[in-house]
Parts: sequence; C-alpha cells; structure tokens
Amino acid sequence: MFCTKVKWLAAIAAVALVALATGIMTSAATAKDIVLSFYYPVAVGGPITKIIDGYVADFEKENPGIKINAIYAGTYQDTLTKALTAFKSGEPPDIAVLLSTDMFTLIDEDAITPFDDLLKTDADKTWAKSFFPAFMENSQTGGKTWGIPFQRSTIVMFWNKDAFKDAGLDPDKAPDTWDELVADGGKLTKRDASGNVSQWGIEIPSTGFPYWLFQGLTTADDVRLMNQAGTTTYFDKPGVVQALQYWVDLSRKYKIQPEGTIEWGTTPKDFFERKTAIMWTSTGNLTNVRANAKFPFGVAMLPAHQGRGSPTGGGNFYLFKKMANEERDAAFKFVKWMTTPERAADWGIATGYVAVRPDAWDTSKMKKYVADFPAAAVARDQLKYAVAELSTHDNQRVTKALNDGLQAALTGTKTPQQAMTDAQQEAARILKPYQ
Amino acid sequence: MHGVEPLAVAQPPPQAQYARGGSALAVHIYGWLLLLPAAVLLVAFTHYPAVQTLIDSFYSTPRGRRGAVFVGLDNYQTMLADPVFWRALQNNVVYATSVIPLTIALALAMALLINGKIAGRPFLRLSFFTPTVLPMIAVANIWLFFYSPGYGLLDQILGLFDSSTHNWLGDEHTALGCLIAVAVWKDAGFFMIFYLAALQQISPQLAEAAALEGAGRWYFFRRVTFPLLMPTTLFVLVNAVINSFRLVDHIVVMTQGGPDNTTALLLFYIYEVGFKFWDTAYAATLTVVLLVLLACLALGQFLILDRRIHYQ
Repeated sequence: MFCTKVKWLAAIAAVALVALATGIMTSAATAKDIVLSFYYPVAVGGPITKIIDGYVADFEKENPGIKINAIYAGTYQDTLTKALTAFKSGEPPDIAVLLSTDMFTLIDEDAITPFDDLLKTDADKTWAKSFFPAFMENSQTGGKTWGIPFQRSTIVMFWNKDAFKDAGLDPDKAPDTWDELVADGGKLTKRDASGNVSQWGIEIPSTGFPYWLFQGLTTADDVRLMNQAGTTTYFDKPGVVQALQYWVDLSRKYKIQPEGTIEWGTTPKDFFERKTAIMWTSTGNLTNVRANAKFPFGVAMLPAHQGRGSPTGGGNFYLFKKMANEERDAAFKFVKWMTTPERAADWGIATGYVAVRPDAWDTSKMKKYVADFPAAAVARDQLKYAVAELSTHDNQRVTKALNDGLQAALTGTKTPQQAMTDAQQEAARILKPYQ
Repeated sequence: MHGVEPLAVAQPPPQAQYARGGSALAVHIYGWLLLLPAAVLLVAFTHYPAVQTLIDSFYSTPRGRRGAVFVGLDNYQTMLADPVFWRALQNNVVYATSVIPLTIALALAMALLINGKIAGRPFLRLSFFTPTVLPMIAVANIWLFFYSPGYGLLDQILGLFDSSTHNWLGDEHTALGCLIAVAVWKDAGFFMIFYLAALQQISPQLAEAAALEGAGRWYFFRRVTFPLLMPTTLFVLVNAVINSFRLVDHIVVMTQGGPDNTTALLLFYIYEVGFKFWDTAYAATLTVVLLVLLACLALGQFLILDRRIHYQ
C-alpha cells in the first residue's frame, strides 16, 4: 500500500516538474516577442475570420517581434461579454473590436484607455483626424477619442430588380420617400386568392437590435433618440412615436410587411428566396448579397420623410488597460496598420463595410471597385446624412428598454404611444444616477 | 431504487488495523482526510458560491473605480418593482408546468411503445433517443430552421393544407409554445431510457396473473405498471423540474427572450442582467430567488411525494 502511495507521489511530482519546465520554456521563447491578444466579432456573412487571419499574418511578417493572437469571439454581444469577463478576471484582451456604442459602458467599467496619449508624432495626429466625422460621433466623448472606426456601417435598402419589373415598377428606381415605399410595397406584395402572401413588399428586421433599424425611421423623421453626453433619451417625443407608428403600419395597416417581429439573421435569406422584395440591412451584408442573390439587385439610401438619414453602426478598435508601455505601443501600431487607406479599402471591398476614411475611396483599388459596382458607394454617400447610433450610459439596459417597447408595438401588445412612453420612463429610471 | 437490496456496507475495519496509528484523534483525522477531497469540491463549487451570492445580493454593483457598498434590501426592492422579473417568473411557471408533464407523458408513452414486441424496435429506440444526444445549441439551430416563416419545415407542412405562413417565433402568442415544444422534444428521449429500464424490471408474472384475472390493459397499466414505476417517475420529475429552470441555451439561439420578453425565463434573465448589463449585484439577487425556488421544489418533492411512493 505504501509502495503504491510512493509511486503515485513520484508520478505527480514528475507531472508537476514537466509542467513547470514547459512553462519556463514557453515563457523563455516568448520573452523576446510582444504577444497581443485581439478579440473580434463577426456580425455579417462571408469568410470574415479568414480575412482577419490574413491581415494578422501580413502584419506579423512586416513587424517581426510582435505576435497577434486573433481570437474570433462570436457576436458583438459575445465579444463584449468575453472581453469584460476577461477584464474583470485581470486578463483583458489587449485589443478588441467592439460596438462603437459600448464606449460608455467600457469607460464606466474603467476598462479602456483613450488614444489621445498615444498620438505623439504629427503623422499620428493626422491619422487620428483622417476618419469620416460621422463615424467619430460614437467614438469620442468628453473631448477624448476612445475608439478608432474599423468595421463601420450604415443601414441601406436592398431591392430586387426582377420583383420590381414583375410588379410593373421601374426596376432602376427605388422608393425615395416613406409614401413611395408604401405605394411600391403594395404593388410588390403578392397575395393569392385566399389572402396568403408569397412575396412581401418589405422587411425591416426587428430582433437582436431593433433600435438600430428604428433609428433609420426616426432620423428620417428628423428626431434624435439621445443627447451627445449619453445621459438623456427622447423616446416619447411625438416624432419618435410617429416613426414607430409608420413601422407598425407597414405590417398592420398597409399589410406589406409580415406581422410580428422579423428575425435579423434570416432577413437576407428571405431576400434571396424572394420572400421579400425590399429589405433593410447593414451595408456590411453587401458582399454577402452580391454573392448570393440570384437576381439583379439595387442598393439605395433609406427613404426620406421630414429629412433623410441613417444611424452609423458597427465596431471600433479599443485598447484595454493593464498593458505595459511597449505592449501598448505595439497595439497602437497594429490599429494604425489595420486602418491605412489601402487596408480600409481592402476591408471594405472584402466585406461591404464602409471604408472608414475618405482617402480610402481615392485609392486605385477602391476606384476600380466602385466603377465596377456603383452600389458600393451608396453607403458612403449616405454618410452625409448619418447620425450617431443610440448610445448612453448603461447602454445595454437602456437599449433593451427601447427594444422591448419596439417589439411590444410590433407584436401589437402596446400602442406605439404607450410603448414609447413606457420605454422612456424605464430609460429615465436607469439613467437617473448619471444626471 | 427498484427494490434492490441495500448495498453491502463496508464493515468497519477491526480495531487492530489502526491501533498502530495511536489515539482516537488520529482516527478522526484519518476519517476527515478521506472526506477532504469531496468536501473541498463541494464547498468550493457549491456552498461557497451560494453563500457569496447571498452576500453579494446585499451590496451594490461595483463599477470601475466605485467599489461595492452595503445597500441592505435595495436590490430586493428593485426586483419586486421590476416588471421583467415578474414576466420571467411567470413565463418560467408556464414553461415548467407545460414542459414537465408533457415530457414525462411522452417519455412514458414512448417507453411503453418500444417495450412491447413491435417491428423495427431498435430503429425506434434509436430515433427516440437521438434528440438527447444532440447538444441543445444544435437542437435550437435545427428548430430555428423548422420555425422560419414561409420556407421553414413547419410552414411547408402546413402549406400542404393551404395554410398561410406563420411567424412562429416572432409572434408573442406562439413564441413560448415553440420553445416548450423544443424542450419536450429534447428531453423526452432521455427520460424514456429510465422508464424503459424500469419497465424491464417489472416481473412478467404480474402481467400473466392480471391476464388470468381478466384485467384489461388500461386497468393493468393504471393499477399495476404505473404504481410500480412511481420511483422512476419521482426521479424523472426531479430532473425535469431542474431542467426546466436550468436549460436556456435554446432561448439564446432562438429568441433572445423576445419578442418583448415573452420568452424570457428566469435563468436567461439572470444571464442578461449579469453578463449584458453587468449588474452583478442584481444578478446575485435574482440568483438567490432561483436558488430558494429550486430548494423549495426539491424539498417538496422529497418530503411529500417520496412518502406516497410505493417502493417494491
């Protein structure tokens, strides 16, 4: 019996020694290199992970001594959860692409570091000013820059040209106002004798982040949802209620959109399957649609009402705290490398995201792409009318209050007025500590 | 469980064996040391987190540089005033009271069916058991496709009868029902295995005797088979109750609690509060409620039902 015990002890000791030795060896091997972890999400179709891995490999080749561990971390929501959990356990990622709207949350958690202190040379300062101003709205607050635009988007409208032709509409002209959308949608909705619909006029998705698509309506109605400081919301303003009424009416009054909530993830599929003739979705889906739509399609700005416009959306680069100085410099280098005009153009072409800086659109590669595929420039042109995406302190909770209200109105549980009054009340309660 | 004789209890070692070790104290230490590995695991992963959760529920959520402060029952007051909490609780009650009886009934029916001598029995057994083998995430993704409006399997089948398309998961009236169906489909096969094992323990002589007495099949099931299965039913019931509060993977995949919280279950809401809103103190408060709820259910099951069950 004792003999067995001794054997066990010896075995455990041996395992421990091997583990220790491996540990020492790995740390010795990496002592020379700076290793950075980089979390990123995937929110649109296409081989995104492959593209990112390619960039990282190129960066490592050009910058020996820096190793980037690129980690695909799921949806935006998953990535934020993983990054913050890791941060709270003391091992945050060094770099992460997270929603631009998570800025206040990340600041409140004291998790990220602003870019301002890193801008030492003139070249750096010019770089920081090189992005579209519309994208910087969600990246700066309190006079500091907390995020650098990377995979940014706006909402655009895709339409099926064949469906337009079949309905007797001009296939090259998308509805440009709310009224035209209703009129065209009515012609595009195909019903059989017993009232069953085989093709809907339009789908505006309402799961996941309905508030974002809703901003495409409120912005056209010339109302804002929050103040710049992220401390007050305006959900119960008449213009907001009106915008929601219009969204609900598309389903319930004009009957050109399915009733109930519409799944964000399957909306592009509905479009490919000709279940809907028009869809609203992120520009980030552009390349996906181009690859999968078996019919000619068009891309247009969102229709106008009192005004025109769309919220921006998508992800920014953030630098987490707790990095040593040389690590932070390396991380900064990587962010700069990922946002050069050439890379921004390349990333935009590969995915459909809007290339984040004006000079990216002047590169020869991008010029050729736009000449070949003019739809790609629609999102850029829409940036003139773009507003900041809904973002406040305790953002996830405020957003949920609005999302719940929107879904309640869309499923018919509450009137738009009631839904927005309730959402505003809840948001005001949540934001009270920040006043 | 089924009338098995109590396991042979290891005889205490004769005094002589540890007399060498010395005093009675050494015996105690020896005993505690034997218990230690299990005790450490139990304390570290069950008791410590539960107690810590209870303590956290009396503090505010630390954010950034602001630490946690003692707030007494504030979190509990917030909870009582939180409509989403009540909604989630109500949903969970509806969900549990539908999923548990349906799963048990289906499991029992399937077990009875494949316990008899019918053609293709191995194939049936396999197909009844398959859903159990799949991970919940995979199941949810399969069903997400079944439910998609228009071209989903369900709508395609209904389309044969010229029915209009249904927005199954997007309609507040059908969304929770859809999730209940998934849970039943997923768990029934697992519980069937237990019923099948129990059925095969029942002596065939009982059936023969009943046949001689002229008892009908339904009468035999009601008065003989079902009472004999009661110990298994209790076991299955306990597990089904736990599952109905514990499994929320399909909600994350299929509805994220929407539309308008109609499919938010308690655990899903706790996850949302804890890992989306990062309000850890409030999440701890909700967790305490869930813990108390489950503890009461388990106690009730063991104290009340256990007495009424006939063990062979």
